[in-house]
Amino acid sequence: MAENAVLPDFSRWSCPLPLKDYPTIVMGHGGGGKLGNELVEHLFLPAFRNPELENLGDAAVFELESGRLAMSTDSFVVQPLFFPGGSIGALAVNGTVNDLAVSGAEPKFLSASFILEEGFPLAQLAAIVDAMAEAARVAQVRIVTGDTKVVERGHGDGCYINTAGIGVLRPGIAVGPHRAQPGDAVLVSGTIGDHGMAIMSVREGLEFESQIRSDCAALNGMIAEVLDAVGDGVHAMRDPTRGGLASTLNEIATASDAGIVIDEPSLPVRPEVQSACEILGLDPVYVANEGKAVLFVAPEEAARVLEILRAHPLGRDAARIGQVTDQHKRMLVARTAMGSNRVIPTQIGEQLPRIC
Amino acid sequence: MKYLTEFRNGEIAQRMAREIHAVTTRPWKIMEVCGGQTHSIIKNGIDQMLPPGIEMIHGPGCPVCVTPLELIDKALAIAAQPGVIFCSFGDMLRVPGTDSDLFQVKGAGGDVRVVYSPLDAVDLAAKNPDKQVVFFGVGFETTAPANAMSVHVAKRRGLTNFSLLVSHVLVPPAIDAIMSAPGNHHPGDEDPSPGTTGPQVQGFLLAGHVCSVMGYWEYPPLAEKFRIPLVVTGFEPLDLLDGIRRVVIQLEAGRHEVENAYERIVKFEGNPAAQKLLAEVFEVTDRAWRGIGVIPKSGWRLKDAYRAFDAENRFQIRAIHTVESPLCRSGDVLRGAIKPAQCPAFGKECTPRHPLGATMVSSEGACAAYYNYGRFLSAEELAGAGSALSGATHG
Repeated sequence: MAENAVLPDFSRWSCPLPLKDYPTIVMGHGGGGKLGNELVEHLFLPAFRNPELENLGDAAVFELESGRLAMSTDSFVVQPLFFPGGSIGALAVNGTVNDLAVSGAEPKFLSASFILEEGFPLAQLAAIVDAMAEAARVAQVRIVTGDTKVVERGHGDGCYINTAGIGVLRPGIAVGPHRAQPGDAVLVSGTIGDHGMAIMSVREGLEFESQIRSDCAALNGMIAEVLDAVGDGVHAMRDPTRGGLASTLNEIATASDAGIVIDEPSLPVRPEVQSACEILGLDPVYVANEGKAVLFVAPEEAARVLEILRAHPLGRDAARIGQVTDQHKRMLVARTAMGSNRVIPTQIGEQLPRIC
Repeated sequence: MKYLTEFRNGEIAQRMAREIHAVTTRPWKIMEVCGGQTHSIIKNGIDQMLPPGIEMIHGPGCPVCVTPLELIDKALAIAAQPGVIFCSFGDMLRVPGTDSDLFQVKGAGGDVRVVYSPLDAVDLAAKNPDKQVVFFGVGFETTAPANAMSVHVAKRRGLTNFSLLVSHVLVPPAIDAIMSAPGNHHPGDEDPSPGTTGPQVQGFLLAGHVCSVMGYWEYPPLAEKFRIPLVVTGFEPLDLLDGIRRVVIQLEAGRHEVENAYERIVKFEGNPAAQKLLAEVFEVTDRAWRGIGVIPKSGWRLKDAYRAFDAENRFQIRAIHTVESPLCRSGDVLRGAIKPAQCPAFGKECTPRHPLGATMVSSEGACAAYYNYGRFLSAEELAGAGSALSGATHG
């Protein structure tokens, strides 16, 4: 495996003395006894430190301004755990942050639950926790409660993480997958397919040399800038993760009972991602992203939103890719480079690499 | 992205399409043999760009689709055995056998793995001496050299736990069989008898990848025997349009030659090193094609010297009782006799979610290509579908 190339820098992590007795996870780390406490005290608490977590109560207690709240949860089972451009830790924070952000909410608090496999190296757990702390810092959210369970060797895949998050909805904002309207411009905040192909490039048995990095990033800052500027000019947002852009657009077409048409040549795809997709027989519209948003915007606001996205470091490659129509309802149609049309359906399962 | 974007240029494509319109005076039926070409034609809407009289007939060149049901069932039986690591290319996993598919076998505990090269499976065998590693070696001449190399390497490395479940098929005998079918043109056969269901193919796009291995020295006798133009063609939109253009020009001129429209990849003699390896490992045999039946001398099997690596010998799977869906007409689709949407089950009982036949599974299968790219819409509906877009994205 190309693991050496992608493992994070452990040098910043200084293992506190008690943890050095157990370089790998043992069943006792999930047992609620001394070992588990040591993990909390010497690993999770120093990394995530905040007043809500420090109470170490059975629940985090916090105050929020009154109003509407949004809540989301996601589980992360990615392999490999570390990949070019990110790790399961960064994904676990950014994934939930993004789900809240595209719902029009400002993400505030996260929970983090770990299911660890007996024998999992503690150094790797520390690196994952480190990545989560860094991602939370960048996204300006706090990880305020958590849990750790250990399963016997062979009953897990090293490390699974679940995060849940709570965010505060902005007043006056009502984005939703059902609110796209005919005439809306469809914007994407950057290149598609980066995350999925980065994972593919390091997956055991499929390694290929590439410079492709995951786009894993928290989108709440960029989305906040858009909402500050145009408010309810944004009708729907989604982060096109699993199933890629095509699945997200199909979901919104269905939820909004409208048609969507995209101009295939306008889709931003990195040349290296396009090439890797060609080699493996995959279509980038179905490949996962972890740091991109699709926005459905009132046509008169489209140019302004595009400008704001492009001015943000995470939106430099943003593009207007199509629009919503009252024709071919609940269907996504692409205008190809050849000038012909094709329907892009939702994938049945995962994309299968072709024989030849 | 050298050799990719240049061959997807919409403007040049439109220009080539206009050229085809200009030279076409009569309807013609042209078959693309290869499933990869079918996929690309439908994905890029190449058929929408052609004059109305030019009909593309989709041939039997999807390796997943023509792999016999009996062999799929054998694969499922082998993959379900404890101690076996069953390796396959990705798109074989969802192909329905009689009762199940490889995904379900995997879900039930079988060790089924997707690999990108049979040589990865050989490495797996070396790393897992206590397991039997089987590679599902299907495909046309294109995938054959790598499969041949896998047993060659396994033999050289002395691996006794690697084997190949082989079902290789060959293009030239398939063309011969299609052209010999009732209803097709024969020399001097001016008026095919009424009521026959053959596709009446008048010219072929030859599969570029197959020819990159085998060259095209095998094809002049076929062009002569059936008096049909055969053009070696690539897979990108401009490649396909060029291939079609050359076939039409020959048809209009009454010529029947073998031409190469894929010169950047294909040489007349092909790849001699690959052909030498193939000749060492494989020998020609009769093969059953799913949906079509047995075509004489249309496939390869392992030679005696490599028989020890034949998974069918090693596992001795008996009592396979295959049952095809009575609704599925994939055989007619594979022969080019009907278009996917003409099958009564298309899009109803049979969808990519619940495929009745293999042509609905692989992205190279004609039925799946039709379904995935919206050919459940009528031509008019599809043509009108993108009309909301005009100019909108360039603001």
